[in-house]
Amino acid sequence: MRRIRQTRWGLAVAVWAIALGMFFPILWMFLCSFKTEIAAVAVPPKLFFRPTLENYYAVLQRADYLAFARNSVLVSLGSTLLALALAIPAAYSMAFFPTRRTRDILLWMLSTKMLPAVGVLVPIYLLWRDLGLLDTVFGLILIDSISVLPIVVWMLFSFFREVPAVILEASRMDGATQTEELLHVLLPLCTPGIAATALLSIILCWNEAFWSLNLTTVKAATLTNFTASFSSPEGLFWAKLSAASTLSIAPILIFGWMSQRQMVRGLSFGAVK
Amino acid sequence: MTGEVAAKPSRQLHSKSLLAPSVGALLLWMVVPLAMTLWFSAEHYNLLSPGKTAFAGWENYRDLLTHRALWVAMGNTLFLVGLVLAITLILGTLFSLLLNQDFPGRNICRLLVIAPFFVMPTVSALIWKNMLMNPVFGLFAWITRSLGFGTIEFFSSMPMLSIVVIVGWEWTPFAVLILLPALHSLNPEQMEAARLDGAGPIALFRHIELPHLLRPMAVVAMIEMIFFLSLFAEIYVATGGGPGLASTNLAYLIFRDALLGFDVGRASAGGVVAIILANIVSFFLMRVMGRNLEDLR
Amino acid sequence: MNRIWKALALLASAALVAWILYPAGRRPELTIATVNNADMILMQQLSSEFEKQSGVKLNWVVLGENVLRQRLTIDISTGSSTFDVITIGSYEAPLWGERGWLVPLDDLGADYGYDDIFDVVRQGFSYQDRMYAAPFYAESAFTYYRTDLFGKAGLKMPVQPSYEQIRQFAQKLHDPEHNVYGICLRGEPGWGQNIAFISTLVHAFGGRWMDAGLKPQITTPAWAEAVGFYVDVLSKYGPPGATTDGYNENRALFANGNCAMWVDATSAAGYLLDPSQSRVANTTGFAKAPIAKASNGPGWAWSWGLAIPTSSKRAEIAKQFIKWATSRQYIATVGERFGWLRIPPGSRKSTYEIPAYLQAAPFAPLVREAILNAGYTKSGESVPFVEVQYVGIPEFQAIGAEVGQEISAALAGHATVQQALALGQAEAEHSLEGRFVK
Repeated sequence: MRRIRQTRWGLAVAVWAIALGMFFPILWMFLCSFKTEIAAVAVPPKLFFRPTLENYYAVLQRADYLAFARNSVLVSLGSTLLALALAIPAAYSMAFFPTRRTRDILLWMLSTKMLPAVGVLVPIYLLWRDLGLLDTVFGLILIDSISVLPIVVWMLFSFFREVPAVILEASRMDGATQTEELLHVLLPLCTPGIAATALLSIILCWNEAFWSLNLTTVKAATLTNFTASFSSPEGLFWAKLSAASTLSIAPILIFGWMSQRQMVRGLSFGAVK
Repeated sequence: MTGEVAAKPSRQLHSKSLLAPSVGALLLWMVVPLAMTLWFSAEHYNLLSPGKTAFAGWENYRDLLTHRALWVAMGNTLFLVGLVLAITLILGTLFSLLLNQDFPGRNICRLLVIAPFFVMPTVSALIWKNMLMNPVFGLFAWITRSLGFGTIEFFSSMPMLSIVVIVGWEWTPFAVLILLPALHSLNPEQMEAARLDGAGPIALFRHIELPHLLRPMAVVAMIEMIFFLSLFAEIYVATGGGPGLASTNLAYLIFRDALLGFDVGRASAGGVVAIILANIVSFFLMRVMGRNLEDLR
Repeated sequence: MNRIWKALALLASAALVAWILYPAGRRPELTIATVNNADMILMQQLSSEFEKQSGVKLNWVVLGENVLRQRLTIDISTGSSTFDVITIGSYEAPLWGERGWLVPLDDLGADYGYDDIFDVVRQGFSYQDRMYAAPFYAESAFTYYRTDLFGKAGLKMPVQPSYEQIRQFAQKLHDPEHNVYGICLRGEPGWGQNIAFISTLVHAFGGRWMDAGLKPQITTPAWAEAVGFYVDVLSKYGPPGATTDGYNENRALFANGNCAMWVDATSAAGYLLDPSQSRVANTTGFAKAPIAKASNGPGWAWSWGLAIPTSSKRAEIAKQFIKWATSRQYIATVGERFGWLRIPPGSRKSTYEIPAYLQAAPFAPLVREAILNAGYTKSGESVPFVEVQYVGIPEFQAIGAEVGQEISAALAGHATVQQALALGQAEAEHSLEGRFVK
């Protein structure tokens, strides 16, 4: 009995050490946001210091945080919804009506994601400009949904494959049409998986920096622009950047933590139904 | 029993109709930029001289492929992808196994371990570069100096490995996020039975847990591979591709052409090369893990 | 399950409503893109005055220098009229002016004081004698050093040091045990980072980037000597990991007391003398940028200015703003409101005649001299181009980046100086051949 408790405690210590180690850089950044600029780069690094709110004040004064946050929320949600709307029918068809093309389509979808964004920047920029989509939330939603679509399709496809065919057969026997089958049988069954995929997509869109930097200026700029505006090759900014980053990360971190159980439940592959 | 259903003829029609709009949209989204990239890759097009566009044919490719930098970059890309994949999968599995145990504060630990995945890549790189790995006022330097080990110049002496550490830190939580639930879903009776039969923890892992994890591991590997092949932000922020070409990967090389040289033609050619490389890598990855991606039989 | 969908739908609609109801302005608006340097941030703060005066609403896009430049180049070269006022440097202004992408700013009015602007600064923003950007601030280079460390070691820094003297000082003052490094220099690869310093060094040793025919000269003896000196001195007497130290890191190091000497841009002076930002505010001395063989070579000359893309639809209002932000009155306002150490320096002769400024900034005369002597080289008969700490051709960003990366490899000990320079030369030639030449 005692040995088990000892290993239990030994385990707890080990895992806590790992967890704190993983979280430490974020914690350190959070602490730095309350230091003065000099204190932030002091050697040896200060663990104890007099905290100040001047960085947050400076950051919030310099830029309209709420406007950026609003855009981040709109873009993340919008892209996710759009991606889901496109991916669910596609994944459904590929999972239950596989043809020889299925594998090719999936792979091809994935491969398009592998084009580094930098390589396609100018074509997209020109296209967006000609379509009047520059600096619009909708334009950003479009490009972000394209970016996450392959992953969303892939994950939904994997989840749908988990569903035993008998269930769908049963509904078909009962005379359900295809849309009904999709909406009333499949989706409810797979809601955890869909929710998890959605959450993943939201996180990815929230942190997407390249397109929001290049395709927006003022009206559609997101929190990634906000953070980037505090990072400079000419200006000491470390404490302020920490403050700006904390403000950008906080919403998604809290959101992720709250919905973490949903994600864990939904991301079960090979779950026993 | 998975969703393998013999398609009846009437179903075939319907399936196409559901498939069509979504795949049509996908096609549109993806083919258009792809086509533009291919088009530009065959052009001499420099943003700073927009009037002097000319057809280039294979010249951009020839230019690119005979340039030493491209091959170094490809090697770096493969090194980066391979090493980070290995690290995230191994550590991810290890952490998941640990977090699957019962001990006080397990849920909080889970939150802490997952947190790095939510941080913006540029911010992660900045934290590691300035607060942790900086050889003068970074935390690691202070630790190693206090212990008498001198200073490790992370980004000068091992730039690629430093990037690997940063990306590994960011993405191991993702692996945990996918692998931990899979462990949760293991049939506990199976485990109990095996334990009663006298199986030790290592045997348990090898014969029950690991096979169960192979499928989600394949998913993790595929998704991570997509992101790692076009990794850019961390390199841009932390090392600027240097010293020399030591931490230049394909995406960074394309960036140099596109946004420093403003040579859209060469950058597009680089993009096409990147896709080809990516397809080759994914082909091999599928071979290795094909068994576990039974979906794509 | 249904609840989740309902919740999502509710959230989405709420967001949509908020978005629609977000107040849209009816006043004329200007979109201004600028870098996040201290002086520009101050301009952003003060701009509320301009908004009140003129009734114009200002929208700000603030980014780091490199990202901003990339963004602006794509924007302006594709003729997209996203910005009305842009902040550009003396590198881009002549290039973009030549391509007809910028509105000439010669009509800002007689009271603007065109003659008050330093010649070299105005030259930096002109193409064929028309000014395409209005100077906001300018900088050259000098040597920062720690008066206390010099005093303790019994050394004296001459007003015009040579690089050889710098090497000796660095050797004597290098004290890694106590975290004091003999000399701090830029090591981070980049055409605006390590190359900015290395160019100046090469010029001091008599070298050049290009000959008159635009042929790169990177494998000439002057380069070998200069870069050899750089790698030698920095690796022996510099801070560890110098290849990741750019302007920011070095400034932090010096301000924290870790460097005995630092050769870099004059714009750091105000920051270093500010006790709330720097630990060495009372022990920082200034000397001219070091020389070696050539005492009259091109120096370091960089200016930031405000310009108007031709695709902007609000050029007249933009001109108003630019006139306001780069005028003598603006400089005076900053000095009176925020302190004379924080004014945008180096652009106007009159700045160096303000008694309050001269009193607050003991380094001011040195800066003025450095700017006057920066000496733009206009080389070449058939292909005129400018060479200071950069070369005024479009390919330079890429060339500088590539050469910078190779030299950082030499600094890190991964390559010899010869190898680095040979590779740099090959890359530079590669970049210039086949591509269009200005």
